[in-house]
Amino acid sequence: MSLWSGIRPPFWDKAETQGAESLNYRRLWKVTFGAAVAVSLLPLVLLSLINFYQFEKQYELQRGELVGEIQRLVSNTRLQLTDFLNERQSALSYVVQENSFEQLSDHRHLNRIFVNLRRSFGGFVDLGLIDSEGAHRAYVGPYALEGHNYKEEDWFKEAQMRGLHISEVFMGHRNVPHFVIAVKHEKDDGSFHILRATINTARIQDLLSGISLRPASDAFLVNQAGVLQTPSRLYGAVLEVFPLHLPKEAKQVEVRDFSDLGKQLIAGFARVQGSPFTLVLLKQPAVLLEKWSLLRINLLLLVVASAVAILAVTFKGTTSLITRLYQADQRRSAVLHEIEYTNKLASIGRLAAGVAHEINNPIAIINEKAGLLRDLVRAREDSAQKEKYLKSLESILGSVKRVSAVTHRLLGFARHLDVKVEQIHLDLLIQEVLDFLGKEAQYRNIGITVTIPPDIPSIESDRGQLQQVFLNILNNALAAVHDGGQINIAVFRRGPDRVAVSIADNGAGIAAEHVQRIFEPFFSTRSDKGGTGLGLSITYGIVRKLGGDIEVESALGEGTTFTVTLPVRRPQ
Amino acid sequence: MRVLLVDDEEELVSTLSERLDLRGIESDWVTNGEDGLRLALENDYDWIVLDMKMPGIGGLETLQAIKRRRPSTKIIVMTGHSSSQDREAGLRAGAQHYLLKPIDVEDLIARMHQVQETEVS
Repeated sequence: MSLWSGIRPPFWDKAETQGAESLNYRRLWKVTFGAAVAVSLLPLVLLSLINFYQFEKQYELQRGELVGEIQRLVSNTRLQLTDFLNERQSALSYVVQENSFEQLSDHRHLNRIFVNLRRSFGGFVDLGLIDSEGAHRAYVGPYALEGHNYKEEDWFKEAQMRGLHISEVFMGHRNVPHFVIAVKHEKDDGSFHILRATINTARIQDLLSGISLRPASDAFLVNQAGVLQTPSRLYGAVLEVFPLHLPKEAKQVEVRDFSDLGKQLIAGFARVQGSPFTLVLLKQPAVLLEKWSLLRINLLLLVVASAVAILAVTFKGTTSLITRLYQADQRRSAVLHEIEYTNKLASIGRLAAGVAHEINNPIAIINEKAGLLRDLVRAREDSAQKEKYLKSLESILGSVKRVSAVTHRLLGFARHLDVKVEQIHLDLLIQEVLDFLGKEAQYRNIGITVTIPPDIPSIESDRGQLQQVFLNILNNALAAVHDGGQINIAVFRRGPDRVAVSIADNGAGIAAEHVQRIFEPFFSTRSDKGGTGLGLSITYGIVRKLGGDIEVESALGEGTTFTVTLPVRRPQ
Repeated sequence: MRVLLVDDEEELVSTLSERLDLRGIESDWVTNGEDGLRLALENDYDWIVLDMKMPGIGGLETLQAIKRRRPSTKIIVMTGHSSSQDREAGLRAGAQHYLLKPIDVEDLIARMHQVQETEVS
């Protein structure tokens, strides 16, 4: 609200109050501003939309490439993991088939096989032989597992049923993540034994960490329950939980978008066949496509900044343009009204002068005839009638004087419409003006005092124009005071070269917000009572033209004082 | 003292003449500028009282014509207007006084004597 009142154009609230022939400035402003903004912003918006669309296309293209890369990488890594497991499973199958139960029960033989396996494939932690009763018959490795019975354990049952078991990752006694591969060998007589090896996950971790090192990437294995089987860069150590629900069967590589940890992620999944493992590869597209996002944000910022700049400049420009138009129209209108007003005054003046002139000659004749009669009566001998005649004749001559005073005043007022500089005694001039208004003041019982010190010099000015100035101010004062009110006129010096006339009334006063504007053309607080709002504007113009100044002081309910300051010598 | 009165209003000028006679001042009167000029040149008046606004030859032209031929003639101009233009034009053309109509006969006589006394002194 306060921002708007600060930038609101001066004509904003005037549009509705002006006459029919004047412009609706608010509407003109809106049309101009709208057109300028449309012409300036439309190309910018179109260009931005096209650019935005192209960026979007490019972004999607980049994203498509990223998805393709994830699919390829997941597919290849799964293949490598399957190979890793197959190799070790095949090696154990081969060992269990090529060696009899008795051979494998021989600790030294088993140890030789174990050493060969470690050397050829790596990752083997231990190797053990379990008989069909679940008893650990032979064992090579770091733990003392010989004699341990597995008959009731799930893995034993699964190996017995399916011939193969690959376990989930567990930490074991040394707190190192590993898993188990168990291979069953069934003899012709139906008896069987199981070769069980513990595999270190270090080799798998090495393989996956190579992928995780790529920018914004993370690769790890999870089991069916979503428990981490290898460490994850984003989700932590082994046996932590990965929250995303995984598909049961992911024979093909699946790619999915999801958000977690406050990041947008793209995940690729694939089940490692024959194992409880699912390979997960995560990529952060925001990091990878940061360059594109940054471009998009920069473009948006540029568009917004340009739009704000265009709006601001257009607002300022349009407001300035329409304000100038409005002010020019106001001035033109004021001048036209002033001309009209002056012409009206001149017409009234000419009419009054014509009437006064026509009256003046008969008055002069009456004056002479009555004068002659008085001379003749005076020459006669004294009688009762003589006094009566003389009284009547004095009365006629007195009336003639009054009429001639009126006609001279009218003639004088009309004549002063022409600009003419002469020596003016302010006391006489003020009296002339008061002669016009005296009757009204008398009828309304308004007291008028005039205070003029004797040392006030005569001034060089235009009599008619000054009469109009004081007539206007006194008319306003008479309109402001109530019947029985008071108007005080005082003349005083203001420095060696200037003389001031103050006209103070004890009337209604002017509101503070109106005092600033009372000299503006068309500003009137009496428009409902026929005020044109031009009187004081014209007064101001005349005083300035005469090289003077006019001030106003007012308090509501206390009254108003106008002070007109005039130069003693007319400025050149 | 002999005075010529020139004004287009016969009623005014004849009455004024009569009032001057009553005060012992001999006066002639005419109602237009042409007659005024002729009489002014034919006779030797002490004062000519001249209206500024008259049909035909106006007061100012009559005044100028008299002053051209007889510069020493003393003239008082009178008018219905209190126009400073008329007054200044009259005084510039050589008139000794300016009076507003309706005129006061005592004032007129006082002015004639005032100028005469100034001349004597």
